[in-house]
Amino acid sequence: MKHTISVLVENEFGVLSRISGLFSGRGFNIESLSVAPTLDASISRMTIVTFGDERILEQITKQLNKLIDTIKVIDFTGEAEEYVERELALVKVIAEEGSRAEVMRIVDIFRAKVVDVTSRSYTLEFMGSPDKITAVVELLRPIGIKELVRTGPAALGRGHKGWK
Amino acid sequence: MKMTGSQILLACLEQEGVDTVFGYPGGTVINIYDDLMKSDKIRHILPRHEQAGVHAADGYARATGKVGVAIATSGPGATNTVTGIATAYMDSIPMVVICGQVPTPMIGNDAFQEADMIGITRPITKHNYLVRDVKDLARVLKQAFFIARTGRPGPVLVDLPKDVQTATTIFEYPETVELRGYKPNYSGNARQVVNAAKMILAAKKPVIYVGGGATLSDADKELLEFAETIQAPLTTTLMGMSSFPTRHPLSLGMLGMHGTYYANMAVTNSDLLIAIGARFDDRVTGKISTFAPDAKIIHIDIDPTSIKKNVRVDLPIVGDLKDVLKKMLKQFKELPEEVTASIAETAPWRAEVDAWKVSHPMSYKLSKSVIKPQFVIEKLRELSDDDAIITTEVGQHQMWTAQFFDFTQPRTFLTSGGLGTMGFGLPAALGAQAAFPGRQVIDISGDGSFQMNSQELATLVQNRLPVKIVILNNNFLGMVRQWQQLFFDKRYSQTCLESPIDFVKLADAYGATGFTTSKPEEVGTIIKKAFETPGPVIMEFKISREENVMPMVPAGAGISEMVLAS
Repeated sequence: MKHTISVLVENEFGVLSRISGLFSGRGFNIESLSVAPTLDASISRMTIVTFGDERILEQITKQLNKLIDTIKVIDFTGEAEEYVERELALVKVIAEEGSRAEVMRIVDIFRAKVVDVTSRSYTLEFMGSPDKITAVVELLRPIGIKELVRTGPAALGRGHKGWK
Repeated sequence: MKMTGSQILLACLEQEGVDTVFGYPGGTVINIYDDLMKSDKIRHILPRHEQAGVHAADGYARATGKVGVAIATSGPGATNTVTGIATAYMDSIPMVVICGQVPTPMIGNDAFQEADMIGITRPITKHNYLVRDVKDLARVLKQAFFIARTGRPGPVLVDLPKDVQTATTIFEYPETVELRGYKPNYSGNARQVVNAAKMILAAKKPVIYVGGGATLSDADKELLEFAETIQAPLTTTLMGMSSFPTRHPLSLGMLGMHGTYYANMAVTNSDLLIAIGARFDDRVTGKISTFAPDAKIIHIDIDPTSIKKNVRVDLPIVGDLKDVLKKMLKQFKELPEEVTASIAETAPWRAEVDAWKVSHPMSYKLSKSVIKPQFVIEKLRELSDDDAIITTEVGQHQMWTAQFFDFTQPRTFLTSGGLGTMGFGLPAALGAQAAFPGRQVIDISGDGSFQMNSQELATLVQNRLPVKIVILNNNFLGMVRQWQQLFFDKRYSQTCLESPIDFVKLADAYGATGFTTSKPEEVGTIIKKAFETPGPVIMEFKISREENVMPMVPAGAGISEMVLAS
């Protein structure tokens, strides 16, 4: 089962290494990872997507909490309505004579942006839930994807409460 | 007052109550060593290898309960500490290791004697620090000691670049430690304690399973009272040994791969397992699916990650053992009738367990012609002081010590359990002796393990540390040989330590004393002579070569599937 976890950590030198070292050292899987400072510059927020069953997720959460630099672990697995998850993807699509129109239709449907254009390609910017990104990539695959980069999701709980 | 980083380091050590450090000088710690000469509060002991220095700090910490401190220079000095740090990490020993580092502008440049110790020790330290600014040093050291000794203890590494050591700033030792991400929970949940007490008093076949946490928490008194209040049989892991008197009527000795028959049978047949400061390690559980199949499990531990990691737990209590056991005892005091009823209900169980003790006691075949290692262990207990501190190396002799040495006092059995590091025993004994110069300290070793850090004989002699070293010599790497005999058709690949070392000459060469014998009738005499000889002593006993450690739970088997004789 896929889990999205946010970890709030001290913005100290080497913290990213510590967290990813923990995952690899214990055989936990990292599907994607993104990190940046929060409102408080001394605290960084990492969003990690991992796979595993209940037992593994419990171990991951506990091991993360055990790290001295970890301030809080938020597990976003559960009802999808309880949190907002967004991801960015830049996709370079091969678009020659026949397929250019189809690409533009997909851009329209998914409210994406064209950020680069040549006579043979489009580079598109998609933003949305990770599932939507995956769906778009699958739609574009038969047309021909030259290169693609995804950022991994950022997630925030719904409602008025913060993580503190 | 303005001080250099190196002076601040020593001032912080003094503030933390450190009176002994183990270290080895080098280019990037030469400033520290210069300032050390001026300190009259800190005693420095020089080993002959940094690994031994860290093991010595470890032994010091295990024997005293204080934070052990080791110092090493950068590069090879620091990398030599890795095995020692990993050993302490696996057994949760409080320690601060200070490594010199190349000056900050040179970090990451493949400088001379540079090693990325933060990267290398990240998985084997509780936490580590690279101090880039002398203004952070005092705070880092205060945090390092706090982290090392609180919660589940562990080693902390502080990497200190040379230019930070020579830079100056005003020294101010922080009053408090503020770590947002680290707030260990000492207080066991009161409701869980009440529920646990109920569960315990309702059980018909309870077993108490004690690990190293009992020693780390210094909870031996509470543990004894707890066991005696509910009259439950009690077994310890290798690491829990010496936190409970081995010959107590409720004691089952060690459980697990080389545990006693009665301990393994009791756990397998129990209906309630009370796990105290233990982590259900694979050496203890054997095949997990058959481990304590009918038992509910109460797990008391200060580290939440240990709970439900390997086995399902019915009632977890996160907290310090001393605190939780005290709360539990108070609960029992409020339920005197239930306690009396429970003791009556569990009487048949105790009789069943005692019957196993009678039918399958720990035993070995005594011989008149060849020395049996178990005999040496028993003789050592008979002739040594009650508060003697025993360290072991790793292997068959370590198991025989756990099986046949009767421990009566806490912090008297120092052994590398989690990592199983050969070469640990001699330097650990060194550290323990430095902590307790007036007590008997005995290192029980095999011929293989002894050679891993034998150079420390020089340290013992230089510092007048009268450690008594027992070498049970079978000219084999015993434990591996045993596996090769049982599972690889006696193909003794590279386990024969054939070189005929004259240990008496070796002791003499270092300025110590050596005794040797291969005759069983001389064992007692030699031990007595060794104890009466001042200074460090090696006693070599040439033992039966192919003696096996029994019982044994083969890999992949359940703990009730013990092989009782080879």
